[in-house]
Amino acid sequence: MMPRFWPMFRKEFIQMRRDRLTLVIMTGLPVVQLLLFGYAIQTDVRNIPTVVVDESRTPESRDLVASLENTGNFRIVAHFDGRDQLDAAIARGDAQAGIIVPYDYPRRLARGETATVQVIVDAADPLSSQSALSAAAGVAQVRNLEILSREARRESVPLEARVRPRYNPGLRSPNYIVPGLVGVILTLTLVLVTAMALVRERERGTLEQLIVTPITKTELMLGKIAPYVGVGLVQMTAVLFIGRYVFAVPLTGNVVLLYAVALLFIVASLGFGLLISTLVRTQQQAIQMAFFFVLPNILLSGFMFPRQAMPLVFQWVGLLLPLTHFLKVLRGILLKGVGLDALWQQVTVLAAFSTLLIAVSVRRFHKTLD
Amino acid sequence: MPSAIETHDLTRRFDTLTAVRQLNLRIERGEVFGLLGPNGSGKTTTIRMLCGLLEPSEGSAMVAGIDVETSPEQIKQRIGYMSQRFGLYEDMTVTENLDFYGGIYGLRGAARTTRLSAVIEFIGLGGRLRQMVAELSGGWKQRLALACALLHQPPVLFLDEPTAGVDPAARRNFWRAIYDLARQGTTVLVTTHYMDEAERCNRLAMMSGGRLIALGTPAEVAAQVGGKTLEDAFIILQERDEL
Repeated sequence: MMPRFWPMFRKEFIQMRRDRLTLVIMTGLPVVQLLLFGYAIQTDVRNIPTVVVDESRTPESRDLVASLENTGNFRIVAHFDGRDQLDAAIARGDAQAGIIVPYDYPRRLARGETATVQVIVDAADPLSSQSALSAAAGVAQVRNLEILSREARRESVPLEARVRPRYNPGLRSPNYIVPGLVGVILTLTLVLVTAMALVRERERGTLEQLIVTPITKTELMLGKIAPYVGVGLVQMTAVLFIGRYVFAVPLTGNVVLLYAVALLFIVASLGFGLLISTLVRTQQQAIQMAFFFVLPNILLSGFMFPRQAMPLVFQWVGLLLPLTHFLKVLRGILLKGVGLDALWQQVTVLAAFSTLLIAVSVRRFHKTLD
Repeated sequence: MPSAIETHDLTRRFDTLTAVRQLNLRIERGEVFGLLGPNGSGKTTTIRMLCGLLEPSEGSAMVAGIDVETSPEQIKQRIGYMSQRFGLYEDMTVTENLDFYGGIYGLRGAARTTRLSAVIEFIGLGGRLRQMVAELSGGWKQRLALACALLHQPPVLFLDEPTAGVDPAARRNFWRAIYDLARQGTTVLVTTHYMDEAERCNRLAMMSGGRLIALGTPAEVAAQVGGKTLEDAFIILQERDEL
């Protein structure tokens, strides 16, 4: 069976080892990505630069501002006398939020009227304004309960929602980002490297010599991508290792199952690269097309942005990406510790993707020059 | 016994251009047959069709008794091919290239070792085995390319301008090897620009604008085109093309 697969595999391995650029892409990229995403990206925005206009200047108002600051979401950078200064600071971008305590705040509080505090946010950045808004609302809520309970002379509040964040109790960003990153890094490097593989031989003129031999299309293409399966597994191990020991991301589930599914995903990614290889004529085009493919993977797969929030059409588009399905497997196994009974759908889809992509690429490739 | 190569009205068009027009050739076993003609005369296209790299638009061709159009893959075990542009791996050593092509041509174990050393000996590559191909001169690259094309002992050998950019001494060695192979029964189809090389062929086909315009021994071809020597004939052709 496929007697010319091994010579092809060995050749590809020798060349891979000697190609600086490929080695850099395969080792440097994962590390840089991991550190970038792992350290830089935090989905819960804290320390929003905030300016304060305290018109009442009373102990009550200072107490309110302090409790807003204590949430950790606001970092008070300046106190102003007038609202104009506050607006200007936000407009300039020196601050992203502003707190205005009106002069009648303590008086209304004392009389039992509704006292107001104004929180202004720069919603040009929705992520940070969101966290400012919920922090402000939270503070108000707590205050309300205190005051109402006191007036009603109750020992406890009438209702409390007890939220239990399962699988990521500390709501830590790395737990969300790092498992997804395994899939993103594999997609990025493997698609890119294999997309260039066939075109490079075409450009260098070595393909012409190769296709006048009896090697079959299947032997040629499988031999070409096979060494990168090993590369993918090594990359994944490295990311999991750093994730575990640098970012303290838990590894709850069955590791063997994780690697088995990863194998399917790796083959699917390589198949996609190979398909690109059959669609383009130059390495330049291959790189462009690979990036064109990688972008929707990052945006639509659920790696950073929740898929439920997307319009239906884009949710469907997301289903066409192997990464979308692999992410569920990664988070499922790493964070929730679930098994095949919960993930069989994703596994089936990934198996179908890998078979289909390889088969289509082999079909598309012709052992001729035109 | 059938001819080594036989074509019937072999034609190839690229969009509006007809690169090869109704070519009829019969090349016998053990012949060193030259394809001669200016650039764009259809030599490379002809060789590529005979190797199964390009499909003929019309007509047919048999190589080593096999139909090019219906079974291009079967032909590939029976032909050796040296492309115009060097087609081996520059980032691998001489041995690694030989090993790779040996494996691709299905040589295994002891048979591979024996055959590899025989070819290395025949081509005289012994001293260069560990060298990276990128560091080799044009002459050595050409020898390596010939070695790789011979590993599976093909009955038919296609050489597309094999000596372009190679120094005269290396060219002489190369032709010595070609004659040795022909004596052992290998059929060689070679394209060339050099008149002295064309003179060395048993027979020649002169092509111009995709057409066969003269066929025979070098002297016959010269006479058919209307020149005293092959070189005259070639110049006459080129001038005719430029009109």
